[in-house]
Amino acid sequence: MSDKKQVSRRQFLNYSLTGVGGFMAAGMLAPMVRFAIDPVLKPSAAGKFKAVAEESELTNEPKRFTWKINQKDGWYESEVEKSAWVYKNENGEIVALSPICTHLGCTVDWGSNEEYPNEFYCPCHGGRYKKNGVNIPNTPPTAPLPLYEHKVEEGMLYLGQAKSRGSGV
Amino acid sequence: MLQKIYDWVDERMDITPLWRDIADHEVPEHVNPAHHFSAFVYCFGGLTFFVTVIQVLSGMFLTMYYVPDIENAWESVYYLQKEVAHGQIVRGMHHWGASLVIVMLFLHTLRVFFQGAYKKPRELNWIVGVLLFFVMLGLGFTGYLLPWDNKAYFATQVGLEIAAATPFIGDQIRTLLAGDPSIVGAQTLTRFFAIHVFFLPAALFGLMGAHFIMIRKQGISGPL
Ligand code: HEM
Ligand code: FES
Repeated sequence: MSDKKQVSRRQFLNYSLTGVGGFMAAGMLAPMVRFAIDPVLKPSAAGKFKAVAEESELTNEPKRFTWKINQKDGWYESEVEKSAWVYKNENGEIVALSPICTHLGCTVDWGSNEEYPNEFYCPCHGGRYKKNGVNIPNTPPTAPLPLYEHKVEEGMLYLGQAKSRGSGV
Repeated sequence: MLQKIYDWVDERMDITPLWRDIADHEVPEHVNPAHHFSAFVYCFGGLTFFVTVIQVLSGMFLTMYYVPDIENAWESVYYLQKEVAHGQIVRGMHHWGASLVIVMLFLHTLRVFFQGAYKKPRELNWIVGVLLFFVMLGLGFTGYLLPWDNKAYFATQVGLEIAAATPFIGDQIRTLLAGDPSIVGAQTLTRFFAIHVFFLPAALFGLMGAHFIMIRKQGISGPL
């Protein structure tokens, strides 16, 4: 053929069949992929505040408080128990810590290890946190315990979502 | 009788070359434990395959009773193990096989590594082998959640946190696996079930096919 750029019949058929095939494959896959990744793209549900304790119950010593929330897990709705370690610091501010270890998600306890009486201790891999929830260097956790959003109304303490405090020490 | 059936089919379909191609070849002396006992190290690949076949078969039968629903999963496993005839054996095969298959896979990999059998021209098969290893770990991880007991739940909790430690997209990976940003629950169990019995076995079969075709094409590596 005279013009080098000309497309041969065979090439033309190859291109159109690849195009049509690719289009069909994409048409099949697109809904399935979107279906699979839906949880990642769903907006996160805003947490509601829940009454947890009377403010007068709080002391300088972290105490464990529990409350119930209605949890929606896809099609499954249930009442689940949440818990927090709550105390008042030297300045009288309320500190409400999530008990979920930032290492790998076990549950921490206040003063449960005799060797570290004034710390939060995680039994799984010996993670430790100071009273203010900041992780102690050279133990497995790499971030402080998350803080619950809180507010006090008419003497009642309300807690909302636990917010991660980024990477610690 | 059997010979007659075979001949009847062979006459029409010419199947002899098909199976000859797959099955009819000599085992080289240096990989035959009958000649050199130390050649037993060559068995680990075949043993991995053998245990995998047990996993696939026992897994298929387990799904006759198992349901991936958080209300019923544990009860269904309890029932199939305690009430169904030979349930303890079938679940036991799958339960112990899941660990054994990893052990065999590991020994097979050690043999290939220390004999240098991964070298040219077999680099691609090493890569496929590594992918097989990841698929197998994935099967172990997703299968472990299915009985939905405390150990299963917390192992998955920890595993998901490890996945979430991936730089930049950790949280997305976690949600994609768990089906929810914070809950390990109903959606996690259905997802893990789907991955465990459909997605990963499909990947496993594809990779095993590639692995074996390459072995036939290239032959087993020579003696040291
Ligand atoms: C090499 C492949 C496989 C590995 C390593 C594997 C691993 C596992 C593990 C570790 C468990 C938890 C068992 C227990 O705690 O007792 C499990 C459970 C299960 N697997 Fe697999 N699996 C494999 C293949 C399959 C296949 C192909 C199927 C089905 C088609 C399957 C179906 C199931 C079912 C229904 C359960 C839940 C029942 C139970 O926990 O006893 N598995 N698997
Ligand atoms: S999960 Fe708490 S230290 Fe590892």
